[in-house]
Amino acid sequence: MGRGPAERQGDRVEMSTTLEKERSLTELEADYEETALTLGLPGGSRAGGWDQQERKRGFSETVHLSDGSSGIEPRGGGDLGDESPDCAASGAGGPRASKARVVGWPPVRSYRKNALRGCTYVKVAVDGAPYLRKVDLEIYSGYHQLLTALQEMFSCFTIRDRRLVDPVKGTDYIPTYEDKDGDWMLVGDVPWKMFVASCKRLRLMNIAPRAPR
Amino acid sequence: MTYFPEEVVEHIFDFLGSHRDRNAVSTVCKAWYGVERLSRRSVFVGNCYAVRPERVVARFPGVRSLSVKGKPHFADFNLVPDDWGGFALPWIEAFARGGLGLEELRLKRMVVSDESLELLARSFPSFKVLVLISCEGFSTDGLAAIATHCRVLRELDLQENEVEDCGPRWLSCFPDSCTSLVSLNFACLKGEVNAAALERLVARCPNIRTLRLNRAVSVDSLSKILARAPHLVDLGTGSFTIDHHAEAYHRLINNFTKCKSLKSLSGFWDASPRCLPAVYPICGNLTGLNLSYAPAIQGADLIKLIRLCLKLQRLWVLDCIGDKGLAVVASTCKELQELRVFPSDVCGVGTAAVTEEGLVAISSGCPKLNSLLYFCHQMTNAALVTVAKNCPHFTRFRLCILDPGKPDPVTNQPLDEGFGAIVQSCKDLRRLSLSGLLTDQVFLYIGMYAECLEMLSIAFAGDSDKGMVYVLNGCKNLRKLEIRDSPFGDAALLEDVGKYETMRSLWMSSCYVTLKGCKTLAAKMPRLNVEVINERDESDEMEENPSDLRRVEKMYVYRTVAGPRNDAPDFVWML
Repeated sequence: MGRGPAERQGDRVEMSTTLEKERSLTELEADYEETALTLGLPGGSRAGGWDQQERKRGFSETVHLSDGSSGIEPRGGGDLGDESPDCAASGAGGPRASKARVVGWPPVRSYRKNALRGCTYVKVAVDGAPYLRKVDLEIYSGYHQLLTALQEMFSCFTIRDRRLVDPVKGTDYIPTYEDKDGDWMLVGDVPWKMFVASCKRLRLMNIAPRAPR
Repeated sequence: MTYFPEEVVEHIFDFLGSHRDRNAVSTVCKAWYGVERLSRRSVFVGNCYAVRPERVVARFPGVRSLSVKGKPHFADFNLVPDDWGGFALPWIEAFARGGLGLEELRLKRMVVSDESLELLARSFPSFKVLVLISCEGFSTDGLAAIATHCRVLRELDLQENEVEDCGPRWLSCFPDSCTSLVSLNFACLKGEVNAAALERLVARCPNIRTLRLNRAVSVDSLSKILARAPHLVDLGTGSFTIDHHAEAYHRLINNFTKCKSLKSLSGFWDASPRCLPAVYPICGNLTGLNLSYAPAIQGADLIKLIRLCLKLQRLWVLDCIGDKGLAVVASTCKELQELRVFPSDVCGVGTAAVTEEGLVAISSGCPKLNSLLYFCHQMTNAALVTVAKNCPHFTRFRLCILDPGKPDPVTNQPLDEGFGAIVQSCKDLRRLSLSGLLTDQVFLYIGMYAECLEMLSIAFAGDSDKGMVYVLNGCKNLRKLEIRDSPFGDAALLEDVGKYETMRSLWMSSCYVTLKGCKTLAAKMPRLNVEVINERDESDEMEENPSDLRRVEKMYVYRTVAGPRNDAPDFVWML
């Protein structure tokens, strides 16, 4: 039999958990202690307007993706810098990486998992390109990973700030998306997961060449 | 009583509603057994391997309604390999050969092939009701056979099945003469549907009351359907995205307004918040609402919708409703009886999840609550104690704390006391699922207090064999026990082997039970089937001569009068 949805999900979980291997066990334990606090909102504004509960799910405020890209710092609000490395995990929201690999946990029917997952492939259009591509948003854990993937897909780009830039032509491509209401929005304003749930398609919009610095 | 003529006894038995009562009277004496078996119209088989289909046919020749369940419950969570079993064909074949006038068939967690659907459709001219829940193995071609041949079909109810899509023609197979449909649910189908055929079908079935559409049905189509069937009681929308400027939207609102009988809403596939106002006109009548497949509806939009649903009795939502949203439910839905809060981790929105706060709010606002399924990030003993006090009427209580083995975050204690309060307070509790950090103590409480408990699900819980033994000794009405990843071994398994004949089944996976324990159990209890499910590689040397001391990965034990089954795949060892 072919690989079922459960196995594919397992792979995606494994992809996101490789990020977590960067951290030492003591760091993970320390984080767990931090999150094991009172019922009140966790102190500190590190996550800003970002959901406070997200902290309990892991490392969003401190993980820096070690892929050499510059300038991506975690910030408040739905910034591109906000990552949620374990959002592709099966919902076992603890800080321990191994938890995310538990088979059949949380106990949610495959039917439900598949029904909610089915919507995540979206078309990517780049202004000026002859054909479109498709990406599965679900496999990325945040905006930065998505941009990185787009950068690889349309290999003329590099990421600078929140844009994709073609250094040869000197043009900026602003990532935009069409949401479920049919409106064209700027990528990056809302929390990553809300974006995944409402994004119908992506378009890298070409704007005028940047003025030299 | 034996002096009464049989017709009188039979007439008296007609008043017995439940299967249990009928089973009971059939054991009184031979005469009653005889009367009962000939007059029985409905049979429920909780485990398809507990009895052979031929035997059911022979004993109850007058049966018109059959319900059968196949795979164990944990199959829902991918713990049971695909080819394990649970085939529907033997049942349909037996009934067909027996010449019975089957009219209703309800199957859950079974493998149903197109061949069996074809046989079903051709063998029973009076066939009226087909309900398939969490089944697999069939395609839309099988549905085409049902549509074509079942002339008086009343109900076709497909719930959460894996159905292979072979195109939209199945719906067009309902002949023009088919006007008998009362209930049609194809929400789980993934493929396209012929909109015109669907609209015509709905138009010619004046008695249609339940209609659940799949994702492929557009809002435009929905509008037309509502216009044709304003007397619908239960509606599952298709795709619920529209450009809110379009005429389609306005037509939709108008048509919804005409549906005065609508009591239950579900679907909302790909729903966008801007479409929600279309359903506002009927929210005040709703007793059931399922938004658990609409991750984009949350926050203020969700709350606005909920505030209109004053009569709601059953609510299914995603955890993006948040504790705040649940507080709104608590203050609005005073008639609430059943609540399910699912995790939105897959395609979810990260803005809010639910904690013990939401549950406490619900418990204090909704005193009629009796059924709960709650996925949350954390729970406290204090909260559970409060919930137990506020809602003593729980019959089903399933709590899933997403992080396995997580303690009370406030006290760092296990949740034994919290669940203990639940079982002590809820005297009618029939079903319980545990989670979080739990010691043997919680099982002591369950054994002591959960007298009505019929089904218990345990995961990552307990310290020792004592835990399982408390449950087996204490819960007199236990029918199904399923355990995963818990430290219960042979001693617990073998403590009271007779107990398993009073139960439907026992599932244990990733526990400490060894092959020796399983073999011992099988040897002692010939009327139990002890199945050991191995999924190791062919190359594993264990294949050759597995040590009896090796822990068994998965074990499924069930009582049966059918003996060991003959359709078990290679990886299932019947001991």
